[in-house]
Amino acid sequence: MITLQINGKSYAIDVEPDMPLLWAIRDVVGLTGTKYSCGIGVCGSCKVLLDNSPVQSCMIPVSAAEGKSIITVEGTSKNLQLLQDSWMELNVPQCGFCQPGQLIAATALLDKNPNPTDEEIDEAMIGNICRCGTYQRIKNAINRTVNLNKQS
Amino acid sequence: MKKIQNISRRSFVKSIGLASGGLILACNTSVFSDKEKEIKNLINFNPNLFVQLNSDGSLILVASRSEMGNGVRTSLSSVIADEMEADWSKVSIQQATGDKKYGDQNTDGSRSIRYLFDTMRQMGATAKAMLITAAAQTWNVSEEECKAENHFIVHSSGKKLGFGELVEVAKTLEVPTDVQLKDSKNYKYIGKSLKSIDVDDYVSGNAIFGLDKRLPNMKFAAVARCPVTFGTVKTFDKTETLKIKGVLDVIEIPRIERPFGALGGIAVVATNTWAAFKGRDALKIEWDFGNNKDYDSENYMNQITKNVHKQGKVAKTVGNINNAFKKGAKIIESTFQLPHLSHAPMEVPNAVAWVQGETCEVWAPTQNPQSARDEIVAYLGVPEENVTINVTLLGGGFGRKSKSDFVVEAAIISKAINAPAQVVWSREDDIKHGYYHTVSAQYMKASIDKNGKVTGWLHRFALPSITSTFSPGVDYAAGFEISSASNIPFNIDNVKIEVGKAPAHVRIGWLRSVINIPHGFSINVFADELAVAVNKDPLEFRLDLIGEDRIVNPDENIPFKTQRLKNVLQLAAKNANWGKDLPEGHAQGLAVHYSFNSYVASVVEVSVIDGKLKVLQVHTVIDCGLVVNKNTVIAQMEGSAIFGMSLAFYGKITAKDGAIEQGNYHDYKMIRMHEAPKINVEIVESTENPTGVGEPGVPVIAPAIVNAIYKATGKRYYNLPLSNYGLV
Repeated sequence: MITLQINGKSYAIDVEPDMPLLWAIRDVVGLTGTKYSCGIGVCGSCKVLLDNSPVQSCMIPVSAAEGKSIITVEGTSKNLQLLQDSWMELNVPQCGFCQPGQLIAATALLDKNPNPTDEEIDEAMIGNICRCGTYQRIKNAINRTVNLNKQS
Repeated sequence: MKKIQNISRRSFVKSIGLASGGLILACNTSVFSDKEKEIKNLINFNPNLFVQLNSDGSLILVASRSEMGNGVRTSLSSVIADEMEADWSKVSIQQATGDKKYGDQNTDGSRSIRYLFDTMRQMGATAKAMLITAAAQTWNVSEEECKAENHFIVHSSGKKLGFGELVEVAKTLEVPTDVQLKDSKNYKYIGKSLKSIDVDDYVSGNAIFGLDKRLPNMKFAAVARCPVTFGTVKTFDKTETLKIKGVLDVIEIPRIERPFGALGGIAVVATNTWAAFKGRDALKIEWDFGNNKDYDSENYMNQITKNVHKQGKVAKTVGNINNAFKKGAKIIESTFQLPHLSHAPMEVPNAVAWVQGETCEVWAPTQNPQSARDEIVAYLGVPEENVTINVTLLGGGFGRKSKSDFVVEAAIISKAINAPAQVVWSREDDIKHGYYHTVSAQYMKASIDKNGKVTGWLHRFALPSITSTFSPGVDYAAGFEISSASNIPFNIDNVKIEVGKAPAHVRIGWLRSVINIPHGFSINVFADELAVAVNKDPLEFRLDLIGEDRIVNPDENIPFKTQRLKNVLQLAAKNANWGKDLPEGHAQGLAVHYSFNSYVASVVEVSVIDGKLKVLQVHTVIDCGLVVNKNTVIAQMEGSAIFGMSLAFYGKITAKDGAIEQGNYHDYKMIRMHEAPKINVEIVESTENPTGVGEPGVPVIAPAIVNAIYKATGKRYYNLPLSNYGLV
């Protein structure tokens, strides 16, 4: 058995240790906000926070996540909730499928750098593909969140 | 006026998944061609839009089209709510299952608003009229003294009743046959920017896409398909697969020879997706590669290029092209080559099916639930009513998910294992087993007289037709793949359109904006080349070439007006400050194209510095007639710019020995945030009928970029993608 700490809850699961964290979260634990899209760590749809760092969960064996804090898009973190508000306010999603990964990447950025430049946003978001092409709105939503943080 | 019926008391209500008790209106819409209508009219009652108002005031609107980022659940519903004077916060959407009674449900061709706008208005207006009548009867006053206002009927005296309070009376009323539609100046939701009804779920991770559907005891499956299109299994060995923990079963899937039937292969069924993928990798399969095993896209491109360098089948001829070429002071010729493309939606094809005896229920991210239903009915050999297709949210579609091969696979597997099954395509499956956007070669030749006027225009193209997917063996472009070239909006006396031979060796399918990708590219790049040849500014030259105000297609139902085409081009140029001073290495390029009955122009600004291309700014202007949801139209134009950039920069699917060479986002790349330009969108204010939005923003992007690169560097690129040239 492997025990995962996801969004503050404990899940004991019986899986092979080499199963990617993505599939443990989606198919075994049953949290489907974290998305599969490429399976080779190039699209960012499966991003989660592992001990506060953004990782592509399709590339991390579940054994490497044991004992660490995992936060998914369904989880709670100050910046995640603020970003979700901005995402809604600016109507960011089109199909919405990549947005959980985008939100996690943006959360990780703001957790580390509360006042990123546009170039730093580009750098932090480079690993996340949006086929619908919502990049301009994602950037605007990150900047909106930064500004709201500054005001509060 | 469409016939709208009050079905509040019919047992039929249950069959469409609505709870009885409310006021329910149904409507039989006709959005079909005459021939299609004949077929549809055989069915007695085929309403496709439903309004249900409950006594608590909640309003349920049934969405018959698929949501895939197009915002259709929001925009379709907002039209009904607007005419009804409903409170948007009381609206919820129920997604229709796949059923012919809803009329056409295929969400493609940028048709949803185009075809359904008027009917939805009537549905809303009818509901409102009945509520007014109900209130007037309740108060014993004249209907003229009552009006609808934000979910209430208000009497001139000031008293009011909520919509919900009027349900019991309203549902007993006859449906009025003649209702007054709102004046467009009084629209409350139409033409504004409504928030997407699904946005909360998208950002919280609670949105249920096909891939997220779960059922008790559901198994996961992955399918090994032959690398070569239509190849089949000779033999296979599952020994190693069955040793993998979590693998439950291995099943052979038959090839189903229908346009959207299963490709066939070997399915591995497991307790989770990972085990299914791993088990599939462990299969040992010997394939019979079949007839397409020698398909080599490089050789093929050479062949179709030869085919456009000789006389083709004539599709249209005006004037005398040979004379024009003979007399021309200048002759310009160019050849364009564009590769296959893959849709690559972020959500891979997938579906859940549960076959129980003679019935089957499906949950799938499909653009076309009726087609999925037809395929499963054909496979299972059961009556249509035994098959239910639930449409989930789609993580992108772009045309891929209107082909239901993946849905059929799920049904086959579920039947075989006697349990609910979710088939999941890996990204590699998606890229390697698609219905590809056609590969194309195009040859263009023009003559210019001594005054700089274009006198002759020959456009010859060879591309495997989408029709080949439906009628194997078809090897010339079909009519719908010609009109975007033959409806050329230029004032040229001598025009000839020819098609060359191009047999298909992979499944060809429609991809966002379809044939307008190659035609929009070649026409816009070639026109830019002609401007250079006569030493004119491309904007001024293009406006002259389009010429006087006229209708390009007088024989067709919906007029293609040159005035609207010129208008979007002029506006885009104005917004971009066309011709402004730019830094060294920077330049602007333009393109304008009519498709899906909409008019779109883009002006892009690029920089080419040290041989590297950047797209810095895109100004797009669209005239799509009356706009239902401004936010959606702007979003679609923004997305189209990125989609167009992805295909311009990186879009290339190639085949060697019959197999597709690309497999994932590392070798079939997409534009990422650091490459994304600033995008400015203007929508032309219009009261004309609404026209397409999802697709027409795409075709202009690649040619505008290529034209800008020419301006910046003096080098003209005729082939895509630009990654071929080391520019990106």
